Amino acid sequence: MLKDITLGQYFPGDTPVHNLDPRTKLLLTVAYIVALFMVGSWGGYALVFAALAGVMALSHIRPRALLKGLKPLVFIIVFTAVLNLFFTSGEDVLFSWRFIKVTYTGLERAIFMVLRVLLLVSGTFLLTYTTSPLAITDALEKLLSPLKKLHVPVYELSLMMCIALRFIPTLIEETDRIISAQKARGADLETGTLPERAKALLPLLIPLFISSFRRADELALAMECRCYNGGQGRTRMKQLHMSGRDAVAFALGGLLVAGILILRKLGI
Amino acid sequence: MDPVIRIENITYTYPDAPGPALDGVTLRLQRGSFTAVLGSNGSGKSTLAKHLNAILLPASGQVLVDGMDTADGENLISIRRRVGMVFQNPDNQIVANVVEDDVAFAPENLGVEPDQIRRRVDGALKQVGMYEFRMHAPHLLSGGQKQRVAIAGVLAMEPEVLVLDEPTAMLDPRGRREVIAAVEALCRDRGITVVLITHHMDEAARADRVIVMDRGRIVMDGAPGQVFPQAEALRALRLTVPETTELILRLNAAGMALPTDAVTPEACAAAIKEALCR
Repeated sequence: MLKDITLGQYFPGDTPVHNLDPRTKLLLTVAYIVALFMVGSWGGYALVFAALAGVMALSHIRPRALLKGLKPLVFIIVFTAVLNLFFTSGEDVLFSWRFIKVTYTGLERAIFMVLRVLLLVSGTFLLTYTTSPLAITDALEKLLSPLKKLHVPVYELSLMMCIALRFIPTLIEETDRIISAQKARGADLETGTLPERAKALLPLLIPLFISSFRRADELALAMECRCYNGGQGRTRMKQLHMSGRDAVAFALGGLLVAGILILRKLGI
Repeated sequence: MDPVIRIENITYTYPDAPGPALDGVTLRLQRGSFTAVLGSNGSGKSTLAKHLNAILLPASGQVLVDGMDTADGENLISIRRRVGMVFQNPDNQIVANVVEDDVAFAPENLGVEPDQIRRRVDGALKQVGMYEFRMHAPHLLSGGQKQRVAIAGVLAMEPEVLVLDEPTAMLDPRGRREVIAAVEALCRDRGITVVLITHHMDEAARADRVIVMDRGRIVMDGAPGQVFPQAEALRALRLTVPETTELILRLNAAGMALPTDAVTPEACAAAIKEALCR
């Protein structure tokens, strides 16, 4: 049952978007998020939506995949909308009933807020859909490498992230096994009050913890046997290369930001 | 021929252990040989393996790898590069979540040039027959495949000696066959010195030399054809003999006169055929 959990949700592919340098994608995603907060008009949102749709078409990510990812966020989106709808003060009242008052400003703000959350999350999803977790880790390491001068262990952090990603499926499998083992001994994990069920989790967590420590021990030994001794003097098999494609992507990203700023000035 | 590893009268005692795990072991491993180490649990065979690449250092005596003393910290990386080690659980040896990135881990640590790493990774994966799986996620592979990836990860260091500590203990029969076939090919075709620690007598039967350990000492040492016929002595050490030897010994007890040194299934079959056709 736990095997169905997907993390990182990477859809491998061979499209212009997939083949961009992960650093480009990471930087452009950050720029996209910042730019999104400068949008304040219908025209601006239309432009961002068009850009997002364009990237989606280029990357062959189906809208259904994106909608599936957005599903768990429905509650937050509805909550944001309701909050903005009812608690924005203004003179242009659309209708009021007892203490509830909906203004035109409130309605517009609620719609903008929902659009902003949707576009923000969709943009970051596109990054993780088209870039493997390992590539993102690599890009982060490269982008943060100036911090090495300040003695930030950038390489070690990225290795930790890489190992964590590697062991998630292994530990999920292990959890499944422990659940079966405890159930076979008569453990009841599904019924009872909340505190009871929380207590029933202990016999799962303790073996999982102990086995994780054992695994960590063995992994450390295996890594030492493969000559691991820190990030110093290490080389990488896969070098990241910026190409003409990345220059085009940066140019398009710049155009999008410029467009947003112009529309904001014009107030369209 | 000069031995690649020389072990001179080493002893080792684990902290808080009542007795020594190794008690005066002297051993020479010939370049390109295939040695199997047998022994019941607690006989010291894993402890011996851990001395071969300086994971453990002997309390007395010394271990020389290509003439380098393992006790000298300066030699650590050169020794570990020469003596690769594969453990029992493949899951706990794989670092990356793509097969080829994992195999690249060791040469990356050694600071090899990127295009050289690519060549080594492809070569190592081909040697264990896992090249087609280079882009796969390790957790989706079978046990035997994972263990072969782990072996490739060590081969990418281009080691002279490959030490395998019960590499098939967690595998199904098919995975076991895959791993042992890959290891045997590395020794026979590539000239890599193999030290295989195992509980499976049929795996040991394929080696050039069998070492039997008991309570921290080497108690038997010879070709499989010399060691395995001593069935009574092996049983006294809580070990069994390969099914082939068992069969030949029983046939001989029933009145046949078969050569007892036919330990591989092929040699055993040939010996029986010859006896029947005579």
